[in-house]
Amino acid sequence: MARITMREAISQALWEEMERDPNVFILGEEVGVWGGTYAVTKGFYDHFGPERVRDTPIAEAGIIGAAIGAALTGLRPVAELMTINFAFSAMDHIVNQAAKLHYMFGGQMVLPMVIRAVGGGGRQLGATHSQTPDAVFAHFPGLKVVAPGTPADAKGLLKAAIRSNDPILFIEHATLYQMRGEVPEGDYTVPIGKSTIQRPGRDVTIVTYSKMLEISLKAADQLAKEGIEVEIVDLRTLRPLDMEPVLESFKKTNRAVIVEEGWKSYGVGAEIASRIYEEAFDYVDAPIRRVAQKEVPLPYNRTLEQMALPKVEDVIQAVKEVLNG
Amino acid sequence: MEKDEYFRMYREMVVIRRLEERSAELYQQGKIGGFLHLYIGQEAVSTGLISARKPQDRVITAYRDHGVAINCGLSAREVMAELLGKATGCSKGKGGSMHLADVTKNFWGGHAIVGAHLPIATGLALGDAYKGEKNVTICMFGDGATNIGFFHEALNMSKIWNLPVLWVCENNQYGMGTAVERASAVSEIIQKAQAYAMPSRRVDGMDVMAMRQAAEEMIEAIRNGAGPMLMEAMTYRFRGHSMGDPERYRKPEEVHRYQENDPIGIFRKYLQENGIATEEELNQLDDEAEAIVEDAVQFAEASPEPQPHELFEHIYVEA
Repeated sequence: MARITMREAISQALWEEMERDPNVFILGEEVGVWGGTYAVTKGFYDHFGPERVRDTPIAEAGIIGAAIGAALTGLRPVAELMTINFAFSAMDHIVNQAAKLHYMFGGQMVLPMVIRAVGGGGRQLGATHSQTPDAVFAHFPGLKVVAPGTPADAKGLLKAAIRSNDPILFIEHATLYQMRGEVPEGDYTVPIGKSTIQRPGRDVTIVTYSKMLEISLKAADQLAKEGIEVEIVDLRTLRPLDMEPVLESFKKTNRAVIVEEGWKSYGVGAEIASRIYEEAFDYVDAPIRRVAQKEVPLPYNRTLEQMALPKVEDVIQAVKEVLNG
Repeated sequence: MEKDEYFRMYREMVVIRRLEERSAELYQQGKIGGFLHLYIGQEAVSTGLISARKPQDRVITAYRDHGVAINCGLSAREVMAELLGKATGCSKGKGGSMHLADVTKNFWGGHAIVGAHLPIATGLALGDAYKGEKNVTICMFGDGATNIGFFHEALNMSKIWNLPVLWVCENNQYGMGTAVERASAVSEIIQKAQAYAMPSRRVDGMDVMAMRQAAEEMIEAIRNGAGPMLMEAMTYRFRGHSMGDPERYRKPEEVHRYQENDPIGIFRKYLQENGIATEEELNQLDDEAEAIVEDAVQFAEASPEPQPHELFEHIYVEA
């Protein structure tokens, strides 16, 4: 297997799907001539042309609305939002239109569309460009929300998303584009809506996804040196949420830490912890802990920003707390 | 135009009128829930407009959608059943008054968030352009929608990509209770098309034949590659914004002045003066329309409620 970056994995998925299906096309800000602000679509414009790699004005509602309309005609648009922070400008079209048209019109309208959006903090971009609002979007039935944590998953999940007939928000973490990992050769998909065990262990279950998978894996390596074996469940998809691997793992370890980059209040951790309490209360040996971002708009200053984001040490500390709890 | 076509248009306008009068009664009886926005007074706009489309042309509109649905070929039965929330409704009882649709008839729905369907219309037209189809997308919206950002994003994108869209503003002169000149910096909506270098035309929306002719010309030009255009149909709603509107924002005299210019009355007079229809023939069409609506009400009332399992159906296509 080749070791490639997350950026290359996502780019490969897009390229291969566009080669495979002429109905797949890309639209968004700077996706064409520029090659994507994160260089994911570099080279696409020259190869596929301006019809299939369509530069748009800076108009997020217009972009997502156009993707919805095109999807209704049977095309498979992949709309790129330069960052997920700009999704708020298109909020109506994502949560009110894309998420609801299929249901509200009694199943008549089918929207095979993907919205790619870059999320996450840690790049000193200030409060409005550094958010991790994944839980906000996962709140809405009708939308599927996918957020991969490895290059292999990113490629397989994006291919599955493009082939899916449902509207999917595909969240890519800005600081994961350079991450390298083994990616299988040839065509493959990773099923949407399936959590997976990324690291087996017996003592504590860590539930996480996206960038926090990397943080959790580092914490696990350090904990292993102290003889603590954590099992890591990677959610990969936030909606629909696959709790089976989480519950199976918890029933084995009886202890859990949930690691998310977004704010703790009303977040992914709150959801997972609550589900564990509801569905596996008899197996609880210690209060479930949540590691999350401090409840502040992310500051620009590097030191302050790093203070606010979840770190490896936070995960290690939380694991030790549940072991002692 | 053949006599049949005139008759069909006239009957459609009367079906819409009767269907809405009956739905207002059913609303008062509590059989129709939610919001109910009546199209009464505006029938000439969609009837003239949609009669000019080919079946492959797409239509999408806002929440005042009952008339548009009928003009697009939805049966009075499935419209009335949807208003009553029944399983036999065109949206299976899940959409209600504001969300009628039948994609098999290229009616892409009523949409309830003001202006939100305009970017979607851009996308429908983009889909056709992408595939090289010579279809036109007709997007209808009220004057209120032209003050929303979606309108500007959608018109701009349709123009830079030269998409086949006919933007149709139904200027009924009030966005809810706010008069157009109090809500829009320019009260002539066609002026907004100039900002996007888009050809535009103001049409008498109370005159179904004027609507028909303008629509034929504009749709044809767009089909032949002229790019998007905007039509402003000057019209008036005889009823309030929705049921329960106290109508404090306009005087009864103003409403009466327009009611004397009823689009059905105008068309009736046109058909008689041009020797297309006799009084008896028109009365006959009125009776047919009445029967169609009564049948629809009976069908809707006798139709079953959606089954409990349908609550969880159609959230996603794929499990």
